[in-house]
Amino acid sequence: MSSESIAAGGAAGGSADGPAGGSGGSGGSGGSEGAGGRTAVLARANPVSKLGGVLLLTIALVLTVDWVSASIALICELAVLPLAGVSLRTLLVRGWPLLAAAVVGGYGTALLAPDSGAVVFEWWVISFSEGSLSAGVAIMLRGLAIALPGIIILASTDPTDLADALAQKLRLPHRFVLGALAAMRLVGLLLDEWQVLTMARRARGVSGGGGYAARVRTSLAQSLALLVQAIRKATRLAMTMEARGFGGAERTWARQSRYSGIDAWVLCVSFAVTAAAVGSAVAAGTWNPVF
Amino acid sequence: MVSTLSRQQVHPAEVSAVGWGWRHAGRADAALTGLNLHISPGERVLLLGPSGAGKSTLLHGLAGVLGDEEDSDEYGRLQIDGYPAAALRGRAGLMQQDPEASVVLSRIGDDVAFGPENLAVPPAEIWSRVHRALDAVGLNLPLQGPTSKLSGGQKQRLALAGLLAMQPGLLLLDEPTANLDPDGVNQVRDAVVRSLDETAATMVVVEHRVAVWADVVDRMVVLSDEGTVLADGAPARVLDDNRRRLQDAGVWVPGRRPEVEPRHNHGSGVQLLRTLDLSVSREKGRRRHPPRPAAAGINTQVAAGQALSITGPNGAGKSTLALTLAGLLPPVSGHVTASEALAAGAGPDPCTWRPKDLISRIGTVFQEPEHQFVTHRVYDELAFGLRQLHDDGNDAGRVEELLERLRLSHVAGANPFTLSGGEKRRLSVATALAARPDVLVLDEPTFGQDANTWAELASLLNSQLDAGAAVVSVTHDEDFTELLGGSRLHLDAQPERGAGHEQ
Repeated sequence: MSSESIAAGGAAGGSADGPAGGSGGSGGSGGSEGAGGRTAVLARANPVSKLGGVLLLTIALVLTVDWVSASIALICELAVLPLAGVSLRTLLVRGWPLLAAAVVGGYGTALLAPDSGAVVFEWWVISFSEGSLSAGVAIMLRGLAIALPGIIILASTDPTDLADALAQKLRLPHRFVLGALAAMRLVGLLLDEWQVLTMARRARGVSGGGGYAARVRTSLAQSLALLVQAIRKATRLAMTMEARGFGGAERTWARQSRYSGIDAWVLCVSFAVTAAAVGSAVAAGTWNPVF
Repeated sequence: MVSTLSRQQVHPAEVSAVGWGWRHAGRADAALTGLNLHISPGERVLLLGPSGAGKSTLLHGLAGVLGDEEDSDEYGRLQIDGYPAAALRGRAGLMQQDPEASVVLSRIGDDVAFGPENLAVPPAEIWSRVHRALDAVGLNLPLQGPTSKLSGGQKQRLALAGLLAMQPGLLLLDEPTANLDPDGVNQVRDAVVRSLDETAATMVVVEHRVAVWADVVDRMVVLSDEGTVLADGAPARVLDDNRRRLQDAGVWVPGRRPEVEPRHNHGSGVQLLRTLDLSVSREKGRRRHPPRPAAAGINTQVAAGQALSITGPNGAGKSTLALTLAGLLPPVSGHVTASEALAAGAGPDPCTWRPKDLISRIGTVFQEPEHQFVTHRVYDELAFGLRQLHDDGNDAGRVEELLERLRLSHVAGANPFTLSGGEKRRLSVATALAARPDVLVLDEPTFGQDANTWAELASLLNSQLDAGAAVVSVTHDEDFTELLGGSRLHLDAQPERGAGHEQ
């Protein structure tokens, strides 16, 4: 694990003074959760191996709807979470919409699934039976088990490293990958831009009040204004990239995307988790293929 | 390693334009026609001329970024070292005005390495070039540091490092310091000079403010409206021979401040706005987690017929304070209170006013005029605020008056986004004035403006002050502050974030 960017970064780290010398430190204290993810063990794994591992597990989970395989996968994923630098608390604070969506999905399934087994609860046309309830629980757990690896990858992967890996290891076209990477930086800027536009339009007397229709119209107009600004920024950025020689057929990579021992571990653990999930479902007799 | 390799001479480029011209797609007239210009290797040239003379078009042409827009026309020849400029990659490096658009990647080292990577420089050599380039521009920051945390001046120096790492024979600078405070201007200028001394590359810079570059360049070229060469030669001689012409074109000629209509009274001094132990921030606080203030403990007041200039270094919270005074951001703590003279029944807290109550009391002009355009015609833009105020009112008179006053009549039917920089600035000020607010808040109104627009702006604000309005401006412009007079509120830089009370 001696990528050149890290070696170079270490060399320059000693001269960290200058006007914004504290910027690294402030990033750490300002967004400790986000920064923690980037220094975690899994952050040192190659993004491609992480994607591969997740793909393996996801395929297995998509193939079946049963609570045993989903539970085993989910427990293993929660165990891996600290390696991605995400605490359970952070997960709940940031990831609660996923939890809510899984619960809603599970509830809907329990409501609509054909009844089988003993009836647990019945009122008017609504009825929950043992069969429909277990289907609901299985859908909920499966949803979480499929979503959580996404969070693990997001938290532990730097976008630049991901772009390097996609272009160098998977041989995706570098113009496309680097264009997307540069565009991602713009997304962050657009959040600030939206806030500025809101104030700027209030200062012009654009009213956010009125009826529901008026409010929708105002938001649409502001979205359009944001789009105009986004296109302007993108055009200027494209010119900057072109002026820096971007767009040629040949290109070298200052940061080499490499595989290391961690990547072997990532794949082994992914395989083990997948095998455990599938194996225990088959052994328990709950394996329930969707086809 | 760095010290032995730091003197890196490149092969300076030779530029020649023969009858060159360019018409942008969708435009009836060419931006430039019949330009004849020869620049010898290693020369440092300052390019001057009225806005619309095609200075940027020339730089873009030399940088090879005019591209192959469909429906655009090129005339004549534009060559670097005898080859068509558009066909060369990496021979010329272009630096643009907007610091935000000059950064490509999110880590400092990666951003500098981006150019060499595109030129297929071997990886081992790239990092030594990155170190040399950052050294040359005086940015001693960790390579892994985030580019988003840099100030405007640092971003521009980073962009320069990104160009130097490509080892171009020609540096093209398109108003690289127009959006920077005086510190940033000097940092960038000095970095350019230092790197030119090292590399001996050819340089062409476009800039209104002659004084920034006058001592650094060895040649000045003045273009006419049509883009032909009006004057060309040693800086001192060109300035002496063309003083009048340059002033008319809005160029900041050294040693001369544009003429401005002075104040005629001292204002009534009636208090309009007052702050009490005010803390401001752009961030929205969450429950139990109040945002860290950008500036705190502010006690000041805004009075009728008097100017208040908010000054201080980058990041001191000047703009945030202005937005809070303008009723656009809620205070983090403390109060902004409008006196009854200003509020006229709308309540003491400007932040709670309805938008249409706000614009007739406090008008705000943002740093970027485009943020405030809400219609598709200049005329409608001016009528918009008036329509909010009275649904069926006859606004034609007021709109015509403002169009006339701010010399916008000839573009009344145009789309605001298509105006020149100076016109956009005048329009954004006019839209705020349309509703006759008692307080006018402006964020860096003079950034990037030529001398003519600057003088118009200052005269206009003086007449507003004479008429009894209050003018609050966030500015780094000493001349501007001095002209408007009034009081000054200096904000100091906040202590490093992360060392505050929250931990």
